[in-house]
Amino acid sequence: MWEYTDQVKDHFLNPRNVGFIDDYDGIGEVGSLACGDALKLTFKLGDDQRIADARFQTFGCASAIASSSALTEMVKGLTLDEASDVTNEDIADFLGGLPKEKMHCSVMGRDAMEKAISFYRGEAETKIEGEIVCECFGVTDVQIERAVTENGLTSIEEVTDYVKAGGGCENCHDRIQFIIDSVLGNTPKAAKRPEALTNIQKIKMIDATLDREIKPALNQDGGDIELVDVDGNRVMVKLRGTCASCSKSQVTLKHYVETRLKELVSQDLVVEEV
Amino acid sequence: MNPIYMDNNATTRVAPEVLEEMLPYFSDLYGNPSSMHTFGGNVGSTLKKARENVAGLLGALPEEILFTSCGTESDSTAIHAALRSNPEKKHIITTRVEHPAVKNLGEYLANNGYRVTFVPVDRDGRLDEDFLYKSLSDDTALVSVMWANNETGTIFPVEKIARKVREWGIVFHTDAVQVVGKIPMNLADSAIDMFSLSGHKLHAPKGIGVLYVRKGTKFAPFLMGGHQEGGRRAGTENTASIIGMGRAARLVVDSMEDENTRVRALRDKLEKELLKRIPASMVNGDPENRLPNTTSIAFEYVEGEAILLLMDQHGICASSGSACTSGSLEPSHVLRAMGVPFTAAHGTIRYSLSIYNTEEEVDFVIEKMPPIIERLRRMSPFWKEGQIS
Repeated sequence: MWEYTDQVKDHFLNPRNVGFIDDYDGIGEVGSLACGDALKLTFKLGDDQRIADARFQTFGCASAIASSSALTEMVKGLTLDEASDVTNEDIADFLGGLPKEKMHCSVMGRDAMEKAISFYRGEAETKIEGEIVCECFGVTDVQIERAVTENGLTSIEEVTDYVKAGGGCENCHDRIQFIIDSVLGNTPKAAKRPEALTNIQKIKMIDATLDREIKPALNQDGGDIELVDVDGNRVMVKLRGTCASCSKSQVTLKHYVETRLKELVSQDLVVEEV
Repeated sequence: MNPIYMDNNATTRVAPEVLEEMLPYFSDLYGNPSSMHTFGGNVGSTLKKARENVAGLLGALPEEILFTSCGTESDSTAIHAALRSNPEKKHIITTRVEHPAVKNLGEYLANNGYRVTFVPVDRDGRLDEDFLYKSLSDDTALVSVMWANNETGTIFPVEKIARKVREWGIVFHTDAVQVVGKIPMNLADSAIDMFSLSGHKLHAPKGIGVLYVRKGTKFAPFLMGGHQEGGRRAGTENTASIIGMGRAARLVVDSMEDENTRVRALRDKLEKELLKRIPASMVNGDPENRLPNTTSIAFEYVEGEAILLLMDQHGICASSGSACTSGSLEPSHVLRAMGVPFTAAHGTIRYSLSIYNTEEEVDFVIEKMPPIIERLRRMSPFWKEGQIS
């Protein structure tokens, strides 16, 4: 059993500001069903350009719900500049601390706030920056580096606690260690990522992304997708199950599959059905 | 508040009769059963009876029963014994859904010079038997397959598998901690060579396990030292717990029918009503071959730890297959091996009943669960009112 503080229990059992603001000024979504937690945050500004209302919808464990609830309480009345200064540590402190394995819940809150503010400011949908390091949870080197720097992390285990990276198949542990070492100055700064992926890297990443992100979602509706071939930036797929006969399948293909692949693998990809 | 305890695959309450039988061995009757004096020797005679009771429950001979400290020690002893007495063989077969007591040892051996085959299961948790048979080879030292799964209650056809394995002259071990007291068995007529059980799963205390080793099976001790347990498990006997184990063995002989009729009916009622009252819910595991006391139900779009904590508010105890409860980030290896989508695995709750559960308790849980799931779904960004998956 987790040792949650009274504040965490209170915000879990009596969550503040659950809901969705229909005429929101900002919206930020992070996480997914597959990852085990997700947060949708909306806010509305008042005439004084301060956050007048903030609401959340969260799928996740007690500390994910409590972190979301805490975040909405903390940011109400703040200007957007002030709200963007709220760190994951602030959220954890507000709750009297979180078990270390649960720190990623507070990071999720911070990320959702940032996304919602970017949305309001009209900054382009912030694509995930950097190169995916942890395939299981889709965490990039930039996210890991940031968590390490901001929270003074020194071990792979801590990185997993804060951003989940390395918590699945563990294949990326060497790369996480490399990032930690780079931040701590133990080794020369990591070499800049190569400009382009090699073909084989690209195919592997597309395949892994389909398996991890896209298939589970399509399977939910009885559909499925299969990678047929990759030629340059053309990704050729076959839709199966209910997708094959669905009139909306082209929409799914372009708006969902292609968007996800662009986000997670390369902006240049084009998805085609064969 | 008395808990409504539906987590009996995790541990069970000690039967009052068991406790009563044990108590004198913590106070007046503290003798060492190995001593020459009558004071100790009397304890030795009681241990002998306890051993006979356990043997009687399993259909085994008393000399085939070793007392250990827990189910995990029994598993470790069996696996190491098979490997050490067949040193030329470097292959082990087990399954992807074993309890960590076997699974983690298998993974350790795989990193330390052994080839380990983990046999897969299908979407209902049924074992791919053909895969197992095709993996047998002259290099195989041991096959270890659990009798029933602790998370889903799915029962594997271990007797059939043991017979096939015996044709190859390979040792067969089963982790049977979840089935003892729930399924009748007669090891004398079986092809199972080694068999692990755990006291605290059948109303004996924690800290007592049993390993059955068929007469004639090659064996090497795990704990070395004194002559206890026929030189096969050294260490002064845990007298009170062994005596408690013996009493529990007699009790479950009598309660097995209740377990398979009344408890099964309670489980079925709980399952049926929850599925009826809560949309987007489903049962994990083989509905046919299943322990009578267990149901594993996935509630989609909500997360298991949050469900458990809200159940806890009503004093209802159960377990979850979700990642968050264990501190790992991925849901249970059993549900993943079955290919249960993460979306359902995260919201899986296991209810495991016992003979101490009542219909009133089941009705209470049936009444309390729908609002809990409803409350969390209203908070979830993935749930829409009236949605049926």
